[in-house]
Formats: sequence, structure tokens, C-alpha cells
Amino acid sequence: MAHGPAKGFTRWLYTTNHKDIGSMYLWFSFAMFFLGGMFALVIRAELFQPGLQIVEPNFFNQMTTMHGLVMVFGAVMPAFVGLANWMVPLMIGAPDMALPRMNNWSFWILPFAFAMLSSTLFMQGGAPNFGWTFYAPLSTTYAPPSVTFFIFAIHIMGASSIMGAINIIATILNMRAPGMTLMKMPLFVWTWLITAFLLIAVMPVLAGVVTMMLMDIHFGTSFFDAAGGGDPVLFQHVFWFFGHPEVYIMILPAFGIVSAIIPTFARKPLFGYASMVYATAAIAILSFVVWAHHMFTVGMPIAGELFFMWATMLISVPTGVKVFNWVATMFKGSMTFETPMLFSIAFVILFTIGGFSGLMLAIAPADFQYHDTYFVVAHFHYVLVPGAIFSITAGVYYWLPKWCGNMYNETMGKIHFWLAFIGLNVTFFPMHFSGLAGMPRRIPDYNLMFADWNMISSVGAFLFGAAQVVFLYNVIATIVSGKKATDEVWDNPEGLEWTVASPAPYHTFAEPPEVK
Amino acid sequence: MNLSWPNNPITALSVKLGLTVCGMFVFAIWIMPPLYDAFCDITGLNGKTGDKYEVVDTAVDTSRVINVQFVATNNEGMPWKFGPEIKQMSVHPGEQAMINYLASNPTGNDMVGQAIPSLVPYKAANFFHKTECFCFEQQALLAGKDAILPMMFIVDQDIPEHIKTITLSYTLFDVTDRFSKDELLSMAHDGL
Ligand code: HEM
Ligand SMILES: [Cu+2]
Repeated sequence: MAHGPAKGFTRWLYTTNHKDIGSMYLWFSFAMFFLGGMFALVIRAELFQPGLQIVEPNFFNQMTTMHGLVMVFGAVMPAFVGLANWMVPLMIGAPDMALPRMNNWSFWILPFAFAMLSSTLFMQGGAPNFGWTFYAPLSTTYAPPSVTFFIFAIHIMGASSIMGAINIIATILNMRAPGMTLMKMPLFVWTWLITAFLLIAVMPVLAGVVTMMLMDIHFGTSFFDAAGGGDPVLFQHVFWFFGHPEVYIMILPAFGIVSAIIPTFARKPLFGYASMVYATAAIAILSFVVWAHHMFTVGMPIAGELFFMWATMLISVPTGVKVFNWVATMFKGSMTFETPMLFSIAFVILFTIGGFSGLMLAIAPADFQYHDTYFVVAHFHYVLVPGAIFSITAGVYYWLPKWCGNMYNETMGKIHFWLAFIGLNVTFFPMHFSGLAGMPRRIPDYNLMFADWNMISSVGAFLFGAAQVVFLYNVIATIVSGKKATDEVWDNPEGLEWTVASPAPYHTFAEPPEVK
Repeated sequence: MNLSWPNNPITALSVKLGLTVCGMFVFAIWIMPPLYDAFCDITGLNGKTGDKYEVVDTAVDTSRVINVQFVATNNEGMPWKFGPEIKQMSVHPGEQAMINYLASNPTGNDMVGQAIPSLVPYKAANFFHKTECFCFEQQALLAGKDAILPMMFIVDQDIPEHIKTITLSYTLFDVTDRFSKDELLSMAHDGL
């Protein structure tokens, strides 16, 4: 077992090593993050001023669509899978993932999916322009011809996620070192276990809904076509039955990451471990019965509005438990503010703001005003950017010394953090105001009254974009020329991953470690 | 681990998870849509009106009057002229009533249309019965022809007290490309 990695490019092509595959996932997601970010900057450049200046409305719609799809399926989800690949075996004391060959495959089909999706930008009629939620019949009857490529790309991404999820569940349930009982597992492992079950439950539904679109477009069925007895509202139900659990797929692993980082830098064990586990499970289960809060305005009976309103509000209870636990962990801790901790604290504060705007949206009668405005855009960016993205960033800074053996540059990390923190708030906070004032989402031009807020948002967006360039530079500089890191890296951190050398050897835990 | 199926717990678990995946896919395509239709049918949600109704109770409740309004729209790109003969009528619950819609195809092409009903308030959907309706099947009209499309209905005696007005809307869709020339000709109305 003592052999190292193979040489040359085929190492990456044929590898079944969880660390190699984890790195590939992370780099891939980083690339997609920049691609999706470029699309976002096209959007913000166009919205810098009212009127049409840079792009055609149809291209603008392609940008909003591609931005959403690339960020959700290309940046956030693969980043979490990459972190799981690297960290889950290290955290539970396993030599590798349970299904290493499938692991290779689930990564390598992703570049093809995104190459296919991106290629639609160059096709006749352009890329998909119907929003990342691809409501039918906009995405069937009125779609550009490239929609078929979009459908197959989604199929492939779904297959990749499903294989990843099966692998993670199989690893966690079968490969834990002796003594690593379920209730001793680090929270990152727990949250990923639950996320993987969510993926298994809803990714096939996503595959199903795009398959129904495919059949409506090419095989004459009428799932979503009223002319043939179908129903466009059915699309929304099926989509959001996937879509709402999907938003939790993008946040549960984040909960796990900050639950690992905060105790390290507060120098106290995590407060309320068991309640964290139960809260995560509760959120996951509840996430299946709230989907129609995205559809308050489609014409639901009052009983439906009320049910989905209360069920949605109920979710904020376990979410609140978590926020409480993180704060309690920091309370009276001897805290230091290294970059991972800064990102984690920002996570706790800003994610909570997103939770509050979510609560406002959950009030069905109020949602009639907020729905499809920039207020919704502000809400989900507050939960996704400082939520998912900041947690991933925090995780990268936290574990990068373990991965590559070198310490990152702390000053540059802090610069990255403050640029990102300011950029993000300048971008998304004003959207609350433009949204409440009535600015609709997904429009290339807008009323003059929204001009000031939009200009501020656009400035913030470019600042946020610049911050990520600092991040990329810092990561590369660390790998190439960072100072050597110690095996422990941090001050007495908890977890098996810190018991192996830095950088983590190609093969770890060939003999299962002792778990106290 | 070098145990072979079915003793290898990893393989066994993966197979189970794989089956769950297949199950959810089947659920999305073959179970959710019919379930949704059944749900809308039972609750009358979405204003979906039912299929052909067999009259069970012929007693007419003359103490109540329901105002039924008729609305017609063409779906995008449908060039036919289409609308009800009268905009509204008053009926007693239990009474058999009839309304004619008029359709004409002003284009130079033979075409097929399909009318899709929707009704408000949703609560009334289960109490509005159609005994005969052009919307039960497609309507074919040759170029330049027109047709009278009758619809017969009964408002149920059990319709909730508070409902005084029902609005029935038809949207007409162009479904010509679902049919071959021969099918179209065999379906076509003779014209007026
Ligand atoms: C306390 C927790 C939350 C509540 C009560 C909540 C509530 C809502 C509601 C009611 C909407 C629909 C608004 C509308 O379209 O009118 C919505 C939209 C959305 N939420 Fe949340 N949410 C919560 C947490 C989250 C989290 C954690 C995420 C993701 C990490 C998230 C992501 C989204 C997204 C992406 C949308 C918009 C989807 C779209 O239309 O494109 N939410 N939320
Ligand atoms: Cu939701």
C-alpha cells in the first residue's frame, strides 16, 4: 500500500484516490465559481444604470439562467462533494471512500455536463433563457432549441450527484474506524450523511421533471401543456418538491463546516452536539413539506397557503437551535480571529439575516408583494453567498494546510475576507430595498426609481468579484510557496484529520486509528 | 473489503440506495402527475371541471338562482374566432341548461382546436357538471369554415349556499400538428 500517486495526466484520469478526486472536485468547482461569477458581472454591469446598454434582453436572460445553474450545480454542490471526498474518510478514520471507482466516474462526468451546458451559449437561438427554475411551458413550448442540451446536462449532473451521495452514505455507514459510533461522528460527517439522503430522494425527481419536459418537447406528451390536458402548475409542484430540499442540500454541509471551525477558534467544544444532529435531521425532514412556499401566488386554496406558511415557519425553529449553539460555543471562549473563523462568524451573522428575510417571505399574504421581486433575490443570496460560499471558503482556509502541507498567508486571507464581506453586503443589502420598492427580478431594464440601489449593488458585485481573485491567488501561492504547516496546524483542533501528517499522505488510515 | 455480493455490506447498501433512486424517479414521472390530477379532481382545485356527467338527480331547486358567466380566450397564436353565443345566463340548481359556442377558422388552412375549461370559484368546480361538451374532444375546422359547439350542463343541487356566480372560462389551443391530414379530414365539422 505504500506506493504514491501515478505520474502524469493519467494519474488524474484513472485515480480512485479520495484525495485526488476531492482536489479535482474542488478545482472544478472553483473554475465554475469564476464562470458563474463572470455571468453575474455581466448582469450587474447591465443593471448598473437603467436602460439597455451592454447586452440584449434575450442575452441578459441567458445570463441569469446560466448564472443560477452554474452556481448551484457547478460551484456549490461539487465544492461540498469535494470537501466530503477529502474530509469524510479522514474524519471517520477510513482508508478511502467505499466505492472508489464510482467516485472517479461521478467526478469525470461533470466536466462533460458543464461543457455541454456552456456550449449552448454558442448555439443558434442561444443558451437557455428561462431562469434556473425553468418553469414550463416557458422552458418547453417557448424555449430555444438548445433546451435539449440543457436537459441532458441536468441528467448528467443529477447522475453525478446521486453517485456521489450513494458513495458518501456507503462510506459513512460502513467504513468508520472501530469505536467511531454514529454519535461520535464530527458534525460535518453527520450533515453530509443527511444531505446525501436528501440527494437520493430529490435528484431523481429533478431528473424526472426534465425528462417530462423532454417528452413534452419531443415525444408529444402533455405533462405541462394545457392543450393536451396537462398542467403548468404541476411543473412547479414537481420542481419545488425537488427545489426546496435542494436549498438545504446547499446549506446542511455548510452547517457541518462551521460546526468544525468555531470550536477550534473558540477553544471550546461545540455546544449542544446532540441537538445539532437532531436539528439537522428535523430540517431535512421538514424540507419535504414546505415546497409550495415558492408558489403562494399560483392560486392555492386558503388551507394550502396556511399549511405551507406554518410548515415553513416551523423550519426556523431547528435553524434557530443551530444559530444558538454556535453563539453559545463562542460565548466565553478564548477566541482568535484567523481567516476561517472570520468567515465562520460572518456565516452565522449573515445567514441569520437571510433566515429572517426567509421568514418574511414565508408569510403568505406578505409574499404576494415580495414574490418575484429583488427581495427574494436578496433573501436567497444572503443564505447562499455568506451561507454556502463563505462556509466553503472557511473550510478551504481551515483544511488547506492539511491538504497541501503549507500555511496560507494570513494577511492576504484577511484582505480576502474583508473585501468579500464588504462586497457582499454592498451588493445584496440594497436589494432588500429595491425589492420592497417593487423591482421585479430577472429584468434587464428598470424604472428610474430603482437606479441608486442598483448602482450600489453593481459596485459591490465587482468588489466581491475582485475579492475572489485574491482568494485564487492566495490558494495558488500557498500551494506553490507557502510556509510549512505543522501536523496540527491549529491550536489543539479536534478530529482525526489532525492526527495525520501535513500534507496528508497519499494513503491514510490503512490501519484503522484508535477512537477514544 | 473483499466479500462478494450479497455478503458485502457496501454492495448491499448501494443496491438498496440505487433502488430508492429508481423508485423516486418512477414516483416523479408516473405517480406525481396522476396523483396531482386525482387531488385536483377530488378537491376541485385549479378549477378543473370533470368529465362527462351522468345525471343522477333531476329535482330542480327553484328556490335558488345561480348566475353562470362564460368567458373564452384564444391561446397565443390561435387564429380562430371563438366565443360564447351569450355572455351569461341564470339557472336553477338541478336544471339542464345549454349554451352554444361559436368557432370559425378564418385562415386558409385546415386546423384542429382543443378547448380547455377552467372555473372559478374553485369551490364550485365539483358542483358544475357537464353532460355534453365540445371540450371532451378536439374540434377540426376546414379552412374558412365555422361551427356551433354546444355545451350542456347542470349545476348541482348541493352547491354551497354562498356561491351565487360561477365563471366558466375556455381557452382554445391550436393542436393541429398532433393530427395527420386524414385524421383531420375525418374529424372535420360539416360547417353551418
Ligand atoms: C429560515 C429559513 C428559510 C425560510 C423561512 C425561507 C423561505 C423562503 C420563501 C418563502 C421563499 C419564496 C419566496 C418567493 O419566491 O416569493 C424562498 C425562496 C428561496 N430560498 Fe429560502 N427560506 C429559508 C432558508 C433558505 C436557505 C437556507 C436557502 C439556501 C441555502 C434558501 C434558498 C432560497 C432560494 C434559492 C429561493 C428562491 C428560489 C427562486 O425562486 O429562484 N432559503 N425562501
Ligand atoms: Cu424553499
